[in-house]
Amino acid sequence: MKKTLTALALAIATATPALAELVVPNMSYRTGPYAPGGIPYADGFNDYFTLLNERDGGIGGEKVVTPECETAYNTEKGVECYEATKGGGALVYNPLSTGITYQLIPKVSADKIPLYTPGYGRTSAANGKVFEWVFNYPANYWDGASVAIKYLLEENGGDLNGKKIALVYHNSAYGKEPIRTLTELSKKHGFTLVEVPVDHPGQEQKSQWLQIRRDKPDYVLMWGWGVMNAVAIQEAANIKFPMENFIGIWWSGSENDVLPAGDGANGYKSLAMHGTGMDYPVYDELKKFVYDAGKSSGVGDQVGSVLYSRGMYAALVISEAIRKAQELAGTPQITAAQLRDGFEALEITEARMAELGLPDFGQPFAASCADHGGPGAALLQQWDATAKKWSLITGFIAPDDEVLDPLIAEDSAAYAAENKITERCN
Amino acid sequence: MFYREAGDFKTSYASDSQTFPIRFDRWRYYAILAVAFGVVPFFINDYWANAVFVPFLIYAIAAIGLNILTGYCGQVSLGTGGFMAVGAYAVYKLMTAFPDVPILIHVLLAGGITAAVGVLFGLPSLRIKGFYLAVATLAAQFFLVWLFNKVPWFYNHSASGQISAPERAMFGVPVTGATATAPVKYLFCLAILFALAWLARNLTRGTLGRKWMAIRDMDIAAEIIGVNPLTTKLSAFAISSFYIGVAGALFFSVYLGAVEVGEAFGIQKSFLILFMIIIGGLGSIFGSFAGAAFLVLLPVLLKNLLVGQLGWATDLAAHVELMIVGALIVIFLIAEPHGLAQLWRLAKEKLRLWPFPH
Repeated sequence: MKKTLTALALAIATATPALAELVVPNMSYRTGPYAPGGIPYADGFNDYFTLLNERDGGIGGEKVVTPECETAYNTEKGVECYEATKGGGALVYNPLSTGITYQLIPKVSADKIPLYTPGYGRTSAANGKVFEWVFNYPANYWDGASVAIKYLLEENGGDLNGKKIALVYHNSAYGKEPIRTLTELSKKHGFTLVEVPVDHPGQEQKSQWLQIRRDKPDYVLMWGWGVMNAVAIQEAANIKFPMENFIGIWWSGSENDVLPAGDGANGYKSLAMHGTGMDYPVYDELKKFVYDAGKSSGVGDQVGSVLYSRGMYAALVISEAIRKAQELAGTPQITAAQLRDGFEALEITEARMAELGLPDFGQPFAASCADHGGPGAALLQQWDATAKKWSLITGFIAPDDEVLDPLIAEDSAAYAAENKITERCN
Repeated sequence: MFYREAGDFKTSYASDSQTFPIRFDRWRYYAILAVAFGVVPFFINDYWANAVFVPFLIYAIAAIGLNILTGYCGQVSLGTGGFMAVGAYAVYKLMTAFPDVPILIHVLLAGGITAAVGVLFGLPSLRIKGFYLAVATLAAQFFLVWLFNKVPWFYNHSASGQISAPERAMFGVPVTGATATAPVKYLFCLAILFALAWLARNLTRGTLGRKWMAIRDMDIAAEIIGVNPLTTKLSAFAISSFYIGVAGALFFSVYLGAVEVGEAFGIQKSFLILFMIIIGGLGSIFGSFAGAAFLVLLPVLLKNLLVGQLGWATDLAAHVELMIVGALIVIFLIAEPHGLAQLWRLAKEKLRLWPFPH
């Protein structure tokens, strides 16, 4: 009897090997109008974990599996994906959608699974005192808005008085995020902000760009995603808007966005949270262990692009957090709650980035109980249409924390009041 | 054979005109109710509730609502998404303004507010018909979405324009928010659906439903025999919008928890629900259920089959899923233009005579 039971238990244990591994679900979107952004990101995310598995045998001896689930950037499918994967021991979620992030924040807090949203999601989640389970370092939207304005200040000798800046944005939670910051900044620096919303999915923007041609703003900022980016850049080229005065957020600065406009896109600028291109040692290893071994994710044609790099960067931060959590917990088989501690204690230095094969790629940062948002600095990159290449034109620019900190405190306090959360870390 | 009427005698008018006159049908209906209320809640988990049952129940409410207007009263509407948004935003404003009131009351009030908005946008139906009315309701769709995007009061001035459902309870048990358990969400939606479906079925069998159908079949003739088009059309708009508003309120508060108006209640939602009733069957309560099941459950089933069982790549599976669902819609509509409800009716007829057809 005992023998049969042991055999049965053994059979069950071997039948579900996924339980012993580190499960990092990849909520991706390879279909729909946002696929141009979703595909490279998902490929970079998967490839980095494949590299860790092939080269190092996983993290701390535990293999990482990344079960993929297609959300199509749709919140209903996002719920389905979350519920489908959370039972399988999911350690962390990275949905790459601000809408889905808003939906998951209360859910992950109840289910006690960390949510990592680098460069997107709810900005005020940077306040770890209120958002215990959410992390959005190294930078968020409000940082991005502030960096863009700081760059324009530098361009104009520190004075934006009387200038007119238009914000072309995706008419959704994602696109509306920077408005509050830009409104504050416009009061501080004396420029006028013109809001130009573009409705999902953004394939039709004639009237918006007609408005811009009529209003003649000095600068245009863009919070776009997916097919909307390429259309906006094409329309800007059509009305002969000076491209060097057109700045996109880091989600509007990939090759897929500028290539369709051809030479018209030359000089277009965008923010960046990290370096890009293939001049990093990590690509030698990726080539050896992943690409040449035929283990690349997807078709493998996105390697080295901006969003591929970003997916890889997200995977890198998650893997480092897992490593930290394993160290803290003293066991390689960590739980989601232990991983949260790892995220909170995570510190990524320049030396560590160089060790991982990505020197001068991202900014160093250290998280703490109260700080889930990181330093928030960003670079600017410019598109060269003849060389078909992004080149960095500034170093890391730090955001204006004097404006951002009170906004974050205010927004997170509103969330805390709505959901009856008491502040931690005090 | 399966549907025997032999020996099923009726001795009163009441029993002769009941909803399910055939005994077997009646027992099947009681059995389904017993399973839905008595068995499923004990076995349901988060996945089955949040990804399968709750969306199905909510879409079924919306489909019944649209079926009352389009299927029974013959007024084509493309404003369903906008009316669902009214329900969602109404319940959000009510939930945040009166946190201590039980959520069911908020949901019903949200339905009432949507009914008022529906009557307002139903006024043009007195003058225009058919495609022209469809275009007028399309204007409602775009206007309402634009309104909820534009006026910050509706989303309590939140930074991103998103509305998020806080935790609200019913008899001390949380129904909305992240701590609500799967059986509670399921039972809450099921109870509302049951009550509304029962009401709709009986309304359509009574005076009001007959008036609606008279207007649908030929409005001039209906007017001549004494049906008032004003009250009939507006009552259809009001009741239909009430259902759709309740569905929108549940969709936001119980199912998704956070909603962005353009994405959740856009024009594609109006089409989705219109397709549900066309595929399910116009002018049929059962058709509303069948259509909702077809368009909500089939994609989830296909995804689990293709990705979960066969291990296909997720993008390939997503594309193939669209193709399969699309092909099935075409096949079903060619095979039976009156929808799944008509297929079911024909199957029942055949089963009644089997094995000795004429």
